[in-house]
Amino acid sequence: MSVPRFLAEGIFQPALTEPAPDLSELGPAFAAATQKRLGRSLSIRQVDAGSCNGCELEIHALSNAYYDLERFGLRFVASPRHADVLLVTGPVTLNMKEALERTYHATPGPKWVIAAGACAIDGGLFAGGYACASGIETVLPVDLRIPGCPPTPTALLRGLLTLLRQ
Amino acid sequence: MIGPSVKVDPEGWRSAIRTLAEGGTLTALWGEPGQVRMATLGESHIDIVALSCPAGVFPSVGAHHAPAIRPERAIADLYGLTPYGAQDKRPWLDHGRWGVRRPLGPSEPGEAHGPYAFLPAEGEGLHQIPVGPVHAGIIEPGHFRFTVSGETVVRLEERLGYVHRGLEGRMAGADLARAAQLAGRVSGDSTVAYQLAFARAAEAALGLEAPPRAAWLRALMAELERLANHLGDIGAICNDAAFNLMHAHCAVLREQVLRAAERAFGHRLLMDQIVAGGVVRDIHEDGRDAIRAAVGAVATRFERLVALYDDTASLQDRTVGAGIVSASLVREFGAGGFVGRAAERAFDARKAVPYPPYDQLAFEVPTRSEGDVNARVWVRIEEVRQSLGLISQLLAGLPATPIRIRLPDEADDVAGAALVEGFRGDVFAWVGVTEGRVDHAHLRDPSWFQWPLLEAAIEGAIVADFPLCNKSFNCSYAGVDL
Repeated sequence: MSVPRFLAEGIFQPALTEPAPDLSELGPAFAAATQKRLGRSLSIRQVDAGSCNGCELEIHALSNAYYDLERFGLRFVASPRHADVLLVTGPVTLNMKEALERTYHATPGPKWVIAAGACAIDGGLFAGGYACASGIETVLPVDLRIPGCPPTPTALLRGLLTLLRQ
Repeated sequence: MIGPSVKVDPEGWRSAIRTLAEGGTLTALWGEPGQVRMATLGESHIDIVALSCPAGVFPSVGAHHAPAIRPERAIADLYGLTPYGAQDKRPWLDHGRWGVRRPLGPSEPGEAHGPYAFLPAEGEGLHQIPVGPVHAGIIEPGHFRFTVSGETVVRLEERLGYVHRGLEGRMAGADLARAAQLAGRVSGDSTVAYQLAFARAAEAALGLEAPPRAAWLRALMAELERLANHLGDIGAICNDAAFNLMHAHCAVLREQVLRAAERAFGHRLLMDQIVAGGVVRDIHEDGRDAIRAAVGAVATRFERLVALYDDTASLQDRTVGAGIVSASLVREFGAGGFVGRAAERAFDARKAVPYPPYDQLAFEVPTRSEGDVNARVWVRIEEVRQSLGLISQLLAGLPATPIRIRLPDEADDVAGAALVEGFRGDVFAWVGVTEGRVDHAHLRDPSWFQWPLLEAAIEGAIVADFPLCNKSFNCSYAGVDL
């Protein structure tokens, strides 16, 4: 058992990586506008504003060998100060509202906000309770919505890529 | 067996507290409008007692049994029921942001609180490191307050509640279908465990049992969930020890399991599959083959990853002896899952409070005694092997029965409880039902009794070991914030 055996296998195995998703049905005008600003790379800061952690699991999957999001020039960064995009999940719990707003204000412009998942879009099952806002849009301006509960990695990738390409 | 809820007077409540203080195990402690309820674990049975609180107070359990402290603080915040005799009177879930106090009890308009009073740690040269609620990685939000002396952690205090969504409030009055959806979103990584716990508690309330095929399909989903999470965790722990080769390979195996789950049941994480009375859909006709293929691939490749873990000195150097939790603390807190089993506590709901079909399946509950990060990795490794075996048994033996039965139309003021084994440990559910609607539900995450032990595990270690220890616990934030 050794590392070289793993490496040798790579010669005979087909690549796991999926082809890039088809983006034709998504807003081309919006994509063109962002591409002008950002070129072909995008730094993403993810913020969990009250998700059940299902969205985070699928966002994590974007970095596995099947989706390999860095090949598109997309990468997750640790600080909002390094980010172009906030990828926000959850309905925005009131206990997280200030932290989300502060993260947004710490992000330099131009910046984009993506609401990922059913809760982020309109609060989902949690809309209207005493503890939550009804989606990201009630707190921050939202540029793109990615539906799903949770959105699949393919849906997330497609959404992120519309910010880069037509 | 889980007994019915028994009404007690304050003396009966105190007697339950004495049993806990003498070495008993708390399963759950929760509030309802005007009363508190407590579930305790005996040899192989769970007893539930209920205490009415006409004056809005109840004798504190936490004053005599530490695992009850955070549940009591949550009860005071949500229901306005005060544990008298409690030492820690600080709010827990209520951060002063809701505009309302005691939202599920005698509510009144609320205002912002002053700063949260962290527990003191005093001494020459000590300083504090605040971390969160927004963390550097893609993880859930929470605040960690470290007091350190140089690099050494003198005290860690967790401050959670940031993802409090008001789940119990959303449950009250919801019909069973909507409540099942909510239950499946208590903690997304354990959606199957929660759907199952909720459904079994509702079935106990209504006095029925799901058909055999439903029970087997539920177990199949539960084992796929356990397998996927353990694979993800093993890789992520190694990643925090700077060994991302393991992470990359484990992530590929996890993805293969999720894809098989999607082909078999139509959802990668298996949300919205289980309801009171059965399951919503049968396994897809090519689902069996998809799962067999994924399990076969995992079984082959996983053993080589295990050997890689075991043979890599740089990994062992980080994981062996790091983040030790003693067997006595684990026992006191009744910590389930890999946190408990890594320190000699062999409790597993599938064996201790057996439910179908686990009473007909062959599997073992692995334990270790060291209580360190390495032991928590090894328990997961052994559990991956057990789940692979269980999945094969489940696929081979799926009974040919209906997958769902009709629920009785009339059922007034009935209640039931269930305990099921999720990947993180035992999930407890209590559900009260009237005319097809939930009057009250409480879903208790295993992390309630694991988070406090993380504070103990990191004491005396260096700050840089925290991410590794934290990942080896992998507690749920959403699950305890509700």
